[in-house]
Amino acid sequence: MSDTQTGTQPAGGPAHGAQPLANELPVKVRSRDVNVYYGDAHAIKHVDLDIHQHEVTALIGPSGCGKSTYLRCINRMNDVIDGCRVEGTIEMDGEDIYDPKLDVVQLRARVGMVFQKPNPFPKSVFDNIAYGPRIHGIGNTKSEMDEIVETSLRRAGLWEEVKDRLSEPGTGLSGGQQQRLCIARAIAVNPEVILMDEPCSALDPIATAKIEELIDELRQNFTIVIVTHSMQQAARVSQRTAFFHLGILVETGETEAIFTNPQDQRTQDYITGRFG
Amino acid sequence: MGLTIILLAMLLLTAAGYYLGTRQAFVVTDGRPAGLHSLPSYHGLYVASWVLIPAALLMAVWLVLEPHVAEMRLVANLPEGFDQRNLDEQQLLIGDIEARALGGIVSGELDPAFQAAGEVYASTLAWSRWLMALAMALLVAGGAFLALRRISPDLRARNAVERTAMIIMIVASTIAILTTIGIILSLLFETGRFFGKVPITEFLFGTQWSPQIALRADQVGSSGAFGAIPLFAGTLLITVIAMFVAVPIGLFSAIYMSEYASKRLRGTAKPMLEILAGVPTVVYGFFAALTVAPFFRDTGESIGLDVSSESALAAGIVMGIMIIPFVSSLSDDVMNAVPQSLRDGAYALGATKAETVRQVILPAALPGIVGSVLLAISRAVGETMIVVMAAGLAANLTANPLEAVTTVTVQIVTLLVGDQEFDSAKTLAAFALGLTLFFVTLCLNVIALNVVRRYREKYD
Repeated sequence: MSDTQTGTQPAGGPAHGAQPLANELPVKVRSRDVNVYYGDAHAIKHVDLDIHQHEVTALIGPSGCGKSTYLRCINRMNDVIDGCRVEGTIEMDGEDIYDPKLDVVQLRARVGMVFQKPNPFPKSVFDNIAYGPRIHGIGNTKSEMDEIVETSLRRAGLWEEVKDRLSEPGTGLSGGQQQRLCIARAIAVNPEVILMDEPCSALDPIATAKIEELIDELRQNFTIVIVTHSMQQAARVSQRTAFFHLGILVETGETEAIFTNPQDQRTQDYITGRFG
Repeated sequence: MGLTIILLAMLLLTAAGYYLGTRQAFVVTDGRPAGLHSLPSYHGLYVASWVLIPAALLMAVWLVLEPHVAEMRLVANLPEGFDQRNLDEQQLLIGDIEARALGGIVSGELDPAFQAAGEVYASTLAWSRWLMALAMALLVAGGAFLALRRISPDLRARNAVERTAMIIMIVASTIAILTTIGIILSLLFETGRFFGKVPITEFLFGTQWSPQIALRADQVGSSGAFGAIPLFAGTLLITVIAMFVAVPIGLFSAIYMSEYASKRLRGTAKPMLEILAGVPTVVYGFFAALTVAPFFRDTGESIGLDVSSESALAAGIVMGIMIIPFVSSLSDDVMNAVPQSLRDGAYALGATKAETVRQVILPAALPGIVGSVLLAISRAVGETMIVVMAAGLAANLTANPLEAVTTVTVQIVTLLVGDQEFDSAKTLAAFALGLTLFFVTLCLNVIALNVVRRYREKYD
C-alpha cells in the first residue's frame, strides 16, 4: 500500500500482455504491483490487472497459484486473516480501496462475494436475502423489503422455486439452490462488483449450467470476477481471462485469444492440460 | 500364599505365554512369518490370553466364594445347641470366632468349645489359598498347552484376539452401567422406605424442614418435619444467583475468545480460565465463607443493610465464579464449530464483527450455548462444598439473597454426618433428597446433551 504507482500508469491502459478489445469498456478495478504475504510466504507477486465494467473476468491457474488470494484482495476479505499483508494499489473507480480512511463495510456493500461452498445463514430464505439490506439500512418498510427480496431472487433465477418457501430455512434447499440463494443474497445490497470464488465446484452439472447462465445475465448489471478451475467454464462465461501461476500473473487478455492463441508457454501448457 | 505373589506370577506367566506363542508362530512356519494368517504378535497374544483369562476368572470366583465356604465349615463344626440362640447372637459369635481364628481383636473371652470350630475355619482359609494356586497353575498349564498346540499357519489368531478384546470391553462397560443401575435402585428402595414413614406429599409440598428426631425416649427432640420446599427454594435461589454471575461473564468471555482474541491470546487465556474449573471446590468454599461472606456483611452494615454472615448471595456468587469455565469453555467450543464460511458470508456482505457475532454466530451457536448453560445449572444444583461452608443450615423459606438459606446437598451432608441410626426417617430422608437431586440433574443433563447433539448434527 505504501508505494503508490498509479500515477505512472496511463489511465485506462491495459495490463501487460493484454490485447485491446475493439469496443473497450471502462476499467472498474485497477490493480498495480499488488503483493500479498501470508507471514513470510509471498503469495502474490507484482500483479497488475485491469477488470473492466460489465464484463466477466475469469481467473484461472493451478491450485495455490494465488487467484483466490487476489480475488479476496478486491473486497479486503484478507483483512480477516491473521498475518496477511497486502501491498500495492487496488483502485475501484479511481478510489484506493486500501485507503485507511475508506470504510471496509462500505467497500463490501459495493463488492459482493459468492463462495466456493454455498454458505446460507441458518435463517429463513427471506432473512438470508434481507440480511445485507438490513445491515446497510436499505428497505426500511416491510413492503420495500419484500420487493428487494423478490427482485433479488428473481434476478438469481430462484424466485419460482422458493416463492412458497420463503419462511423455510435456507439450509434446507438443494446445493444448487443454496448457491443461487447466496448469489441473490449478494445482489440484494445492489453491489457494483461480484466476486465468485469457484462458485460451481460443489455443484452438479445441471446446477452448474444454471449458475453459468445466471452469470451471463448478471453481466448486464454487474462487473463479475470469477475464479474457476474449469477451463471450459472460463471459456463459456468470461470475456476476459487472467492466468496465474505461482503467484505471478502470467498472461491476461480476451478469453478467446487466451484459449486459442496464448502468448506464454506456461499458459499454453496449462490450458492444454500439461500441468495443473 | 499371598495374593501379591499369585498376581505377580500370573503376570510373568502371561508374558512368558506371549513369548512362547510368538516363537511358536515362527517355528511352525520355519521362520517365515509371511505364511501365517495373522502376525506373530497375535499368536503371542492368543496364547497369553489363554494363560491369563481362565486362571483370572477362576481366581475371581474363588475369592468371592472362599469366605462363605469357610464360614459354612465353621458353622458345621460348632457344638450342639448353637442354633438355639437368637440370630443376632449367632452372628456376633461367628464374627468373634472368625476374628479370634485370624488373630484379630475380639469382644470378649471365647468359650473353648468354640476353639475347634475356629481352627477349622483358619485351616480352611489356609488350605483354600494353596488349592486355588494349584487349580490356577493347572489352568495356566492346560491353557498354554492347548493354545500352543493349536498354533498353525492357518490359525485365525487375530480374529480370536480381537473378539477377546471386544468381550473385555463389553464387560467393562457392563460393569459401569450395572453400577449406575445399582445406585439408582438403592436410592429408589431407600426412598420407598422413607415414604413409608413420611408421606410423599409432605416431603414434596411441606414448608417445614426440621429433621431432628429424638432417638431415645429420654432425649430432647422434636417429632421431625420433612417438608423439602425450603431446601428446593434455597437451592433454586443460590443456583439463580450463580447463573446471574456465570452466564454473562462466561458467555462474553467465550465470545471474546472465539471471535475477537488473536490465536495466541486465546491459546493462553482459555487454559487460564479453565484453571478455575480445576480449583478444588473446598477452596472455593472457604473463599466464600471466610472472604466473600464477611465482605458482604461488612459492606451491608456500612450502608445499613442487614446481611447474614452466611448469605445466599455469597455462596451463589462464588458458585457462579466456579461455573464460569463450564459456560465459557463449552460456548467457546460451539462458537468455534460455527463454520468459517458463515463468518465469511456475513463479512462479505459488509457486516461488522459485532453484527456478525450477534446476527449470525450467536443464533447458529444458540442450541450449544443453551446446552452449556443447562450443564452448568446441573453442576450448580449438585454442588456441595461451597454451600456447606457458605450457605448455612437454617431452612429459611425466603427469596431474599441476603439471608441464610440451605440447599438439598447441605441437608444431605448434615443428615448423614455423625453416628446415625440407619432406619430412622432422618437418615432415610437423605436418600429421598438424593433421588430428587439425581432426578433433576439427570433431566437437565439429558435435555442439555440432546440440545447440543441436535446442533452438532446440523453442521457435520
